Amino acid sequence: MSPAVAEGQLLILIPAFNEEGAIAGVVQAVRGVMPGVPILVVDDCSRDGTVALARGAGAQILALPHHLGLGGCVQAGYKLAFELGYDYVIRVDGDGQHDAHDIPRVFETLRTSGCEMVIGSRYLDGNGGGTSPVRTAGIQFFRMVLRPILGKTVRDPTSGFVGVNRSALEVFGRSFPLEYPEIEALVVLQRRRFRFVEVACHMLPRRTGRSSITPMKSIYYIVHVLLGVFVNVLKYERRAPKQTRRV
Amino acid sequence: MDRLLNAMTGLSVLLIVMVLVSVRRARIRVEYSVAWLAGAAALLVFSRARGLLRTVADLLGVTYPPLALVLLAGSVFLLIFYRFSLIISQLKDDNIALAQRVAILEYHLQMLKDHAAGY
Repeated sequence: MSPAVAEGQLLILIPAFNEEGAIAGVVQAVRGVMPGVPILVVDDCSRDGTVALARGAGAQILALPHHLGLGGCVQAGYKLAFELGYDYVIRVDGDGQHDAHDIPRVFETLRTSGCEMVIGSRYLDGNGGGTSPVRTAGIQFFRMVLRPILGKTVRDPTSGFVGVNRSALEVFGRSFPLEYPEIEALVVLQRRRFRFVEVACHMLPRRTGRSSITPMKSIYYIVHVLLGVFVNVLKYERRAPKQTRRV
Repeated sequence: MDRLLNAMTGLSVLLIVMVLVSVRRARIRVEYSVAWLAGAAALLVFSRARGLLRTVADLLGVTYPPLALVLLAGSVFLLIFYRFSLIISQLKDDNIALAQRVAILEYHLQMLKDHAAGY
């Protein structure tokens, strides 16, 4: 059941790059679960029919003039959402892996928990099936790395199913990792003493295409993200005062 | 020793000529040619001034002066590469911000058009 959403309160953000096989279905599924909530597809300069299909399915389009990669693509959407005055943005991947039926739970948690970020986690209810062994090992490794930095365990640090509030939107509009942004984004938030919480979500099989992180790219991914995490930890930024409340 | 130093002289002259031709053809902006020209000029001076090179080699504790020249040249060009990495990173950040701004402005423009068309 979809929760009541005031106009201009929530935006669904879908970054997409060559997702013509899935994008229309994703937009329709979101519209079915969250009727009346605007959907913004941020097109990262696709060479296929992604834009036309997304528009035809009822989404608004933010078309980047050239390919920026996932981080630049998501950040563009965050910037626009902040400009338009949205209080909350929920990001759903364009490949159909995220179940639209989980959006209301993410939104409700975002609204009521007081956390700046809500992560849709495939591991909270034991539903981690379908993840490759390489990726599972990577996730476990990053759980270990992030635990002392974040001060709590994040079960699914690579999840792209993420909801953020306006405070996080403002921060991400100024500073957002460009490649493989999910893990580094957690550290960016931690530097601001922002809080996050995970909610159990169901992952569906990819409707089309393949993951951009192939086994060969996994090593590059790990090195790149590790470096990004530590750069963010060391980065000089005026930190927000420590809050006593923790979730 | 002479052959190596002559090769260094040739290399530095070639580099100076290449950079000047590129600047003349507007392939390199003047401000970015300065570092290359300064590096190449330093290489040229050290490869021709044996006394100076020997002094530098003594300072560095290197017994073979041409090796000091190679070390100097390597250090200068490493600094140049570092400077260009800073410039490229800044350019990339600016480029991303511009691309995002263009996309957002186009979005607003499209909204205005749709509004005017009565959608």
